[in-house]
Amino acid sequence: MRSILLAGTALATLASGAAHAQMSDNVIKIGMLSDRSGIYADINGEGSAIAARLAAEEFGNAVNGTKVEIIVGDHQNKADIAANLARQWIDTEKVDVVADVPNSAAALAVQVITRDKKRLFLMSGPGSTDLTGKECSPYGFHWTWDNHAVASATARALVEQGRKSWYFLTADYAFGHSLEAEAASTLKEIGGTVKGGVRHPLGTSDFSSFLLQAQSSGAQVVGFANAGGDTINAVKQASEFGLPQGGQTMAALLLNINDVHALGLPIAQGLTLANSFYWDMTDETRAWSKRFEERTGRKPSMNQAGVYSSVKHYLKAVQEAGTDDPDKVAAKMRGMPVNDMMMKDVRIADNGRVMNHMYLLQVKTPAESKHPWDYFKVLKDIPGDQAYIDPKKSGCPLVK
Amino acid sequence: MTSKISSAVLPAAAPHTADRDRGTRIALILLGLGVAVAAPFLLYPVFVMKVLCFALFACAFNLLIGFAGLLSFGHAAFFGGAAYVTAHAAKVWGLEPALSILLGTASAALMGLVFGALAIRRQGIYFAMITLALSQMVFFLALQLPFTGGEDGIQGVPRGRLFGLFDLNQPLVMYYFVLAVFLAGFALIWRTVHSPFGQVLKAIRENEPRAVSLGYRTERYKLLAFVLSASLAGLAGGTKALVFQLASLTDVTWQMSGEVVLMTLLGGMGTLLGPVVGAGFVVALGNYLAATSLPVPVVIGAIFVVCVLLFRRGIVGEIAHHLRRRST
Repeated sequence: MRSILLAGTALATLASGAAHAQMSDNVIKIGMLSDRSGIYADINGEGSAIAARLAAEEFGNAVNGTKVEIIVGDHQNKADIAANLARQWIDTEKVDVVADVPNSAAALAVQVITRDKKRLFLMSGPGSTDLTGKECSPYGFHWTWDNHAVASATARALVEQGRKSWYFLTADYAFGHSLEAEAASTLKEIGGTVKGGVRHPLGTSDFSSFLLQAQSSGAQVVGFANAGGDTINAVKQASEFGLPQGGQTMAALLLNINDVHALGLPIAQGLTLANSFYWDMTDETRAWSKRFEERTGRKPSMNQAGVYSSVKHYLKAVQEAGTDDPDKVAAKMRGMPVNDMMMKDVRIADNGRVMNHMYLLQVKTPAESKHPWDYFKVLKDIPGDQAYIDPKKSGCPLVK
Repeated sequence: MTSKISSAVLPAAAPHTADRDRGTRIALILLGLGVAVAAPFLLYPVFVMKVLCFALFACAFNLLIGFAGLLSFGHAAFFGGAAYVTAHAAKVWGLEPALSILLGTASAALMGLVFGALAIRRQGIYFAMITLALSQMVFFLALQLPFTGGEDGIQGVPRGRLFGLFDLNQPLVMYYFVLAVFLAGFALIWRTVHSPFGQVLKAIRENEPRAVSLGYRTERYKLLAFVLSASLAGLAGGTKALVFQLASLTDVTWQMSGEVVLMTLLGGMGTLLGPVVGAGFVVALGNYLAATSLPVPVVIGAIFVVCVLLFRRGIVGEIAHHLRRRST
């Protein structure tokens, strides 16, 4: 009885005021390291910083009386600048957590630094599965998506609809190869077939010969294992060559709502893709996206929504743990499920992978779209356990 | 002739009074060394190390364009190629840091020999285009070869212990190691420029047919200068790989070849200190603007335009020009 009483008193002291003393300095500093001027500026960039601010504002910009401050940096898609900035932030500006970081090379560089220096790292944008595989970190948390999730979810869902034979149009660099490999291994697992594939150089403007090969392969699905401008160009030209009209399903292994916005519905209609967030799903997502749109003039991408979710979860963990000690906060983040407008009761695996749902989406036809940004039909809800690599098989040494 | 050359090379010195000339030179060197030794206590060490790496890279490039008059547009291949080799040697083979850097430098020298042998057969724009084309081949190799990790690069390269004695994970130890590498490279360039070999290079720059008519085999001089420049660029790249513990595609892209041209022109082409100042300026802009909301590439581009329009000799070149005008 006495010990319970004692514990009770101790808890009460901890909750009142004492928590404040647990903070390493008088501010919780979040460093938003992003591409603010290059190809990821639209899907992350300033929008990510705003998403993080929205999360901080929900806490009144303070946790347990300690101020939350958000600073931004532009890594210009260069791994060395990302590494330099992250290091400098941690060493001289006492940044507690680095967030966002699109571009896998930059994220891998920051992962090494945050692991050495014991600072938390919240990723929403890089795709490499190595971040929760052989390069995993006890302080690194991978939100939103990875190459395996977007590629295999799309492959799996389409095979289940009877679209079994695939042809790949792959950007000839590590990211493209990885997307293709993830989709192909899923196809093999569940009885799909790969009819062939062709590799195009990064930044191709003329896809005609590749598309004709895809067309004549007779495959039911043409999978675009590329990203950004390449996907946009390939999809545009595929619609000019009449691939969708000929009955072939076009599957983009990585596509964002901003890409669809850029393409326009007449061209993008019918595309199948997987995202972990779409603004028009529940009242909560709509309400949050409205707040986001008021600040930015556009709907959030999944990466930006993921930044919000990760920063909010981090601040919640700091609040609950009563400290900003990286080890304790990391343990707390793993210990409690992620709950916000984007995710419901999502667990975080030991390798740092956030096991959120993926949604199989299809781009609406112009006739189906009723209002601005009304772009997707949700075809399927894929639970995290099916979407992501089993943490035990990820190759991460932290998983026992 | 000699006074003209020495004033072009060491712009801060007044040519007509040898004693004062020497005094200022020694004072300048001591001042520079003092700043370099104190820098990591005043500025962020990793940032200063980055400046030193790029400064050496720009000096190597300047050796070629400023003193031999050869505009290479493919120096990123040596810089980035050596970074990959060094990173691979240190990470996968577990070699000692100095040995890894040496291996990277050697690979750059070898590449320089091949590139140089092909490129020096042509002049001017054709020379630049050949170097660009060859360096693009290196870029695509770096993108495709399995050991480079594609666009993810080689990450988490261990810095290791220098000669098995000094722990390079200590920022200050690493800094003084990088400073030593830079000073060694810079001293080599200084020596080259002031040697008879350097004089021949300058003669070739000014008038190649005349140098030929004097009996010099200009191709050999040009090739040697090219290999030397490539090796020093490789030395800088290899060191940078250890500083950042990564080697990535950024360092082999043609934009990097452009960046080094920019650094050299901004600082002052054909002056010894110009590339150092230019590299410091460009790296500082990239670094400090990164934390603001200004778009970095646009700002750097605008500064470049202003520089070309208003002070064509570059920062150091312009200062030197004014000093010289006042002293005559």
